[in-house]
Amino acid sequence: MTTETTAKKSGVRSVPGAPLLELENVKMHFKTKGDGFLSRGTKWVQAVDGVDLTLKPGETLGLVGESGCGKSTTARLITRLLEPTNGQIRYQGVDIAHMSERQLRPYRREIQLIFQDPYSSLNPRHTVGTIVGTALRTHDMVAKSGELARVQELLEVVGLNPEHYNRYPHEFSGGQRQRIGIARALAARPKIIVADEPVSALDVSIQAQVMNLLENLRKELGIAFVFIAHDLGVVRHFCDRVAVMYLGRVVEEGPRDTLYEKPQHPYTQALLSAVPDIGVVRGVPPKNRIRLVGDVPSPVDPPSGCRFRTRCWKAQDICTTNDPALEEKAVGQRVACHFAEPPVESIVAEIA
Amino acid sequence: MSDTTTPGPQTVTRVPRETAASEEAYLEVTDLQVQFPTADGLVRAVQGLSYSVPLRRTLAIVGESGSGKSVSSMAVLGLHDRKVARISGSIKVGGREVVGMSDKDLEGYRGGDAAMIFQDPQSSLHPYFTVGDQIVESYRAHHSVSKRKAKDRAIDMLGRVGIPNPRRRVDQYPHEFSGGMRQRAMIAMALVNDPKLLIADEPTTALDVTVQAQILDLIADLQRDFGSAVVFITHDLGVVAEIADDILVMYAGTAVEHGPVNKILGEPLHPYAWGLLESIPALTGEPQPLHPIPGSPPSLLAVPSGCPFHPRCEFKDRVPGDLCTTLKPDLISRTSDHGRTSRCHLKDPDRIFEIDVLPRLP
Repeated sequence: MTTETTAKKSGVRSVPGAPLLELENVKMHFKTKGDGFLSRGTKWVQAVDGVDLTLKPGETLGLVGESGCGKSTTARLITRLLEPTNGQIRYQGVDIAHMSERQLRPYRREIQLIFQDPYSSLNPRHTVGTIVGTALRTHDMVAKSGELARVQELLEVVGLNPEHYNRYPHEFSGGQRQRIGIARALAARPKIIVADEPVSALDVSIQAQVMNLLENLRKELGIAFVFIAHDLGVVRHFCDRVAVMYLGRVVEEGPRDTLYEKPQHPYTQALLSAVPDIGVVRGVPPKNRIRLVGDVPSPVDPPSGCRFRTRCWKAQDICTTNDPALEEKAVGQRVACHFAEPPVESIVAEIA
Repeated sequence: MSDTTTPGPQTVTRVPRETAASEEAYLEVTDLQVQFPTADGLVRAVQGLSYSVPLRRTLAIVGESGSGKSVSSMAVLGLHDRKVARISGSIKVGGREVVGMSDKDLEGYRGGDAAMIFQDPQSSLHPYFTVGDQIVESYRAHHSVSKRKAKDRAIDMLGRVGIPNPRRRVDQYPHEFSGGMRQRAMIAMALVNDPKLLIADEPTTALDVTVQAQILDLIADLQRDFGSAVVFITHDLGVVAEIADDILVMYAGTAVEHGPVNKILGEPLHPYAWGLLESIPALTGEPQPLHPIPGSPPSLLAVPSGCPFHPRCEFKDRVPGDLCTTLKPDLISRTSDHGRTSRCHLKDPDRIFEIDVLPRLP
């Protein structure tokens, strides 16, 4: 088979039977300059602090959470745009967490990133042909003579006019630019695409177009996705499994339906209850929204024990002293809470 | 641990808004046109927009970028540069005409009778001044009071919008506030002069969902206390469903549908509104493939002839002849329900919605 030979030629090693991607206790701490003399007050922003995640081939994993919870940092760690301070990132069983740039080269091809902002992620001085072509050339995907044909093919795949390869990004609308970014990611024939808020900068109707495109690519090419978004409806639509992050940690993770219908972590429950639901106009009774007190604590100095305890209505003494581990509470559903239990009443009201 | 009755969460339920009898309009926009001459041609940002909002009511203006929702609202506050924008039509606020108002009168009107909350509190608060200073300045621009008195007022307002420890916070700079608190500070600044008209331009788009919920509650509470008319600009139909009384759907600079929220979101009559509803993934049930509107919104330099939505409309072949491409439909009531209007040539939009659109909704 061609996949095996190219795999060898490309230099990607793999351990048989290992999951496609596995994050184990991954930490990313950023240094901040303290205010003391000789920066004695150096502090560490614990942006990601012990994340465990697994991704199977062709699967879509949603990462949700509020700003500052570390979901974008996680995306940058998976794509190794950042080197983690701790932990392992295993691609097909091989740890890529601390590989040198040279060693990483073949792996970069396998894991691609789609950015949120289609305006700043494309070079305004390059034509679309150059932007997508560069990705092809960097990874030696096609012979020079076949480059243009492949670029046009890719543009067609993402729903753009292949004749437009010599246009510049400013000649395209936001949704079209996002398609160019997707074509660039597809150029390397990746196994994983990490999409960091790929539709949140787009208008509602365009957002649905791009989501349908991603959905088709997933089905036709079997690419696994790590899909980051703050819109819980979008994540539910696209993902098989969902992980909820809070202050650098995964607090709950599980199959989509379990997580949306029977969330066990208080934070997940609060998050889901806060989503405005258009169903109210169709006669769905307004839901009880959980009101969280206070703000998210600073990741420089997170609370002891459970990180959510400062805003949690269930918090007891044990939450201050013992950090709850992410444990399996139901089939496939892992929760990090001492008092995890499904909600008493449905969080997302049923449409009658 | 052993005690089985863990305390429940603090919850709030947004009560369905009671529909007050139609009162006299506080804000009345009639045939508003906003145009910008540019090197590329004339940008027709708003074309013939009319709506009204009585006190204590909330109107949501919904539309995509470039639909004219922000431009029209900025015109209501007289924020357009006269040298750049051509504005015609009428905007009456509390009986006073805003179009053509002198700069001096505008100063008294803006921030006094009418105020605006912007999307991005980061760029709408001055980083160089304390939050208190900025609220004090806004208050003293409209009231001749001492600085001390104005500061007391600022502290009072910060407390009312739910900022903890306002006495200490009043002397802090915007960067010392979190995103949600900055948005609260801006709301405090907008409301310090008890405006009768509040325009909120995507006030929660930049915020997280739990903070968004708090801010929406806050705006609703304050509206109840102050009895203001609120114009809420957003593209999030979920937000609209929860907070608005009426809704105005805009497309390419014109209103395409207008009426009470439960009617317009429950059974819309315009193909564009159908497309919007079909583009939003549901929070329950098995995810269905979305059915987005094809194409993209038109350039305002060259708005399509006839109905501006016709190039993207999948139902235009149900209208006889070439009506859709030649004649722009009027915004009139199209069914037996006269409380709502839409701008579409389709003969029986309510039946098409029921038969063709409703089964496809996510």
